[in-house]
Amino acid sequence: MVSVKERIIEVILFLCSLLTVLITLGIIVILASETFNFFSKVSIIEFFTETEWTPLFANKKFGILPLVCGTLLVTVIAILVALPLGLTIAVYLNEYANQKFTAVVKPLLEILAAIPTVVYGFFALTFVTPLLQRVLPNLSGFNALSAGLVMGVMIIPYISSLSEDALRAVPKSLREAAYGMGSTRLQTAFKVMVPAASSGIIVSVILAISRAIGETMIVAIAAGQEPKLTLNPLTSLETITTYIVQVSMGDVPRNSIEYSTIFSAGITLFIFTFLLNNISFVIKRKYHQKYE
Amino acid sequence: MNNSQVNRIKDTAFKFFAIACTFFGLLVLAVLLYDILSKGLTRIDLDFITNLPSRRAASAGIYTALLGMIWILVLTVIIAFPIGIAAGIYLEEYGKRNRFANFIEINIANLAGVPSIIYGILGLELFGRILGLGNSILTGSLTLSLLVLPLIIVSTREAIKAVPKSIREAAYGLGATKWQTIYSIVLPSSFGGILTGLILAISRAVGETAPLIVIGALVYVPFAPTNPMDEFTVLTIQIFNWVTRPQAGFVTNAAAAIIILLLFTFMMNGIAVILRNRYNKKTRF
Repeated sequence: MVSVKERIIEVILFLCSLLTVLITLGIIVILASETFNFFSKVSIIEFFTETEWTPLFANKKFGILPLVCGTLLVTVIAILVALPLGLTIAVYLNEYANQKFTAVVKPLLEILAAIPTVVYGFFALTFVTPLLQRVLPNLSGFNALSAGLVMGVMIIPYISSLSEDALRAVPKSLREAAYGMGSTRLQTAFKVMVPAASSGIIVSVILAISRAIGETMIVAIAAGQEPKLTLNPLTSLETITTYIVQVSMGDVPRNSIEYSTIFSAGITLFIFTFLLNNISFVIKRKYHQKYE
Repeated sequence: MNNSQVNRIKDTAFKFFAIACTFFGLLVLAVLLYDILSKGLTRIDLDFITNLPSRRAASAGIYTALLGMIWILVLTVIIAFPIGIAAGIYLEEYGKRNRFANFIEINIANLAGVPSIIYGILGLELFGRILGLGNSILTGSLTLSLLVLPLIIVSTREAIKAVPKSIREAAYGLGATKWQTIYSIVLPSSFGGILTGLILAISRAVGETAPLIVIGALVYVPFAPTNPMDEFTVLTIQIFNWVTRPQAGFVTNAAAAIIILLLFTFMMNGIAVILRNRYNKKTRF
């Protein structure tokens, strides 16, 4: 009797963990089937080569490039902020600061990642953009620059915390050998510790990139809704995520071509983040083996 | 100046640069909080909390958004917590070394990295369309449940992993079955860690906007929801709506609503930190 009960409980627990696989399958099936519908009406060549994205206008064009370009431009700005700051903070906390300081500062910085993104959107639109406009008079009200800068600050803790963990996992003997050779803390940090922790640091950066690509509310509020194939951060543009929000807020009839565009945009986004996440996972696996 | 002096100077210069970087992050946080408080604090009063939404900024309130948020949270907790904890227990206690568990682990790492807006698309089709739940509270909470599930599973596993093998073996030695051991030994001693994860999951759910917009949550709900099939709005969507309006009065409203939202977020994260510290101290076996 007891063993039957044990068995039933195990099966229930198993089914709960199986659910996570079904979620992934559900995402893939739903995105793929609606995208299939989409490509029965729009040529796949147009999707990848057309330079305009105007599904909501009378003259419809379906080129994903402007959305991808907007997404990548904001992401690059965010990483340009987060990577130098995050890595410097990680090195400082690990090599220079005393433990008490680290214990206080690390959780404080992690608050940055806990603030809801809609709040950052508000901050970018109503504080950072007006501030930047004083220095850059031709900055438009919606722009990639302030959205990217604010997003960069938001993802600092992703890089600083994960890189700090990676640095801390480096065996102490390596650091002491460097000191023994007469290295300064700076030399030890960047010539010994950072290279030794490089895979962990790369993982943190990839995760931060993936987070930035999928980020929605900051760009939806502060970067505008004009799909443009441009590298100019001072004008308004549109990211993949903003487009999905834009369609969801409007009155688009189901089964229309406009409605199915959110799935083709969605699967593009999903493929980007899926690849990045898997790359980081593979690196993480290798890195754990290295120190075992 | 010899080489070693140059190196020393570089070392010190980097130190000050790094301190500046660290405080830059904290400075932005402080400026953000100050900016929002200065814009919105005076707007908060009892009327703001209890008023229905309005087309006039001065009389608009967050009553329906707050109620919608509480509905969503309670249902998400009821749906996601049991499933997440059960899955965490399975992966840590039962299927630890088989191939399936390895596959699930990769899968969960992947799910945690899927952008939240993609969960919105999943919820829109799966719950809204195929199951016919429309843009109801239930669709919203099912969608958010899927979103926070990886978080709950990972923190449950971490918490269970911290329970030492010896006390498990002591239970087996007394003749307890596997489930008896888990239920009366492992779960109680990992309770703090699991609870911390749950609270962080709630905090995450409170701050989500994009997936709820995608499933079709409304921006203007003039009534308080009374059952899970009602249409709804939440605080974050209300903020988004107000931010995107041109009139100055709505910016003030948005800032005021953000203060309320941040109070929730900070409270949740604060409780999580306190719990984690207490739990870390308590359970050294």
